[in-house]
Amino acid sequence: MSEPATHKNHGYGREQVVQIINSVISKVENNETVSKDAIFQELRSLQQIIEDARKEIGMARPTDIKDKHIPTATDELDAVVEATAEATGTIMDVCDKIQEYAAAASGEYGTAIEGEVIKIYEACSFQDITGQRITKVVSTIKTIEEKVDKLVKVLSQQLPGHHHEEDTSGGDDDTRQGDERLLNGPQMADQAISQDEIDKLLSEFD
Amino acid sequence: MTVDKNMNVLIVDDYTTMLRIIKNLLKQLGFTNVDEATDGSMALEKVKAKPYGLIISDWNMEPMTGLEFLKQVRGSDAHYKDTPFIMVTAESKTENVIAAKQAGVNNYIVKPFNAETLKTKMTAVLGEF
Repeated sequence: MSEPATHKNHGYGREQVVQIINSVISKVENNETVSKDAIFQELRSLQQIIEDARKEIGMARPTDIKDKHIPTATDELDAVVEATAEATGTIMDVCDKIQEYAAAASGEYGTAIEGEVIKIYEACSFQDITGQRITKVVSTIKTIEEKVDKLVKVLSQQLPGHHHEEDTSGGDDDTRQGDERLLNGPQMADQAISQDEIDKLLSEFD
Repeated sequence: MTVDKNMNVLIVDDYTTMLRIIKNLLKQLGFTNVDEATDGSMALEKVKAKPYGLIISDWNMEPMTGLEFLKQVRGSDAHYKDTPFIMVTAESKTENVIAAKQAGVNNYIVKPFNAETLKTKMTAVLGEF
């Protein structure tokens, strides 16, 4: 008769689950020599592992991935594409002007300037390439979102009692403290305030 | 055979940045009759309305891709069976190039590219200019 499988409160691995299942199978196959209690003990261990895993997944708040993290990531990436497109447009507008001046100047310098402007134009194709790469990244992120969503649904259906009650932080998962919490990089346009609003706000301190 | 630099050229890309770049490079090469389209279906409307001597198209566009546009162009009226068609794209896998060739593309430029590459490929499909 094999020894009952043991488990700790956390840190289960695939090996441990397999070990318990093998132990149960072994006991069932030798049912003449083992009590129902022994099998029950093994199943109880397995149940505990599943329960703990469910809690750990719940504490990781997988719904946040779909509801918060992924939309934030994709919005940021969209903003990158938009900002680079705008900046590239401005660069090319300036190039157009320089080309006009170069044509008017003519001669050796005019030709040299036009040659350099063409190089700037060529370099501007980075916007197209980065845009396409970012689109691919967004697509990959959305695939992850779908997988996580499926996982959450499976957990909700197969493990009764699975709710999102583990989320006790009031929706704020930012673990940073103090001034660090103020560093969030460029804001999305709909979340930022304008320079005028900043000036107005500052004036209120005067 | 001399290349008529007054020929109509159609450039197709869903990124306006690329349209501006290609248009500017074409201007530097002396081609000024350049029309633009931002996807295959819009490009198809343009080729039905006017004869073009050269088509330069991106591949990755929606709703109609450059490859689908190429196939439709080659399957349309006789004029477009032999019209020089250059694919300019970031799609650089062997199977892409093969598929484009099988669909009737004359040349293939991988992004990013420079003026020299564009001129070389245009010369290859149009002749010296």
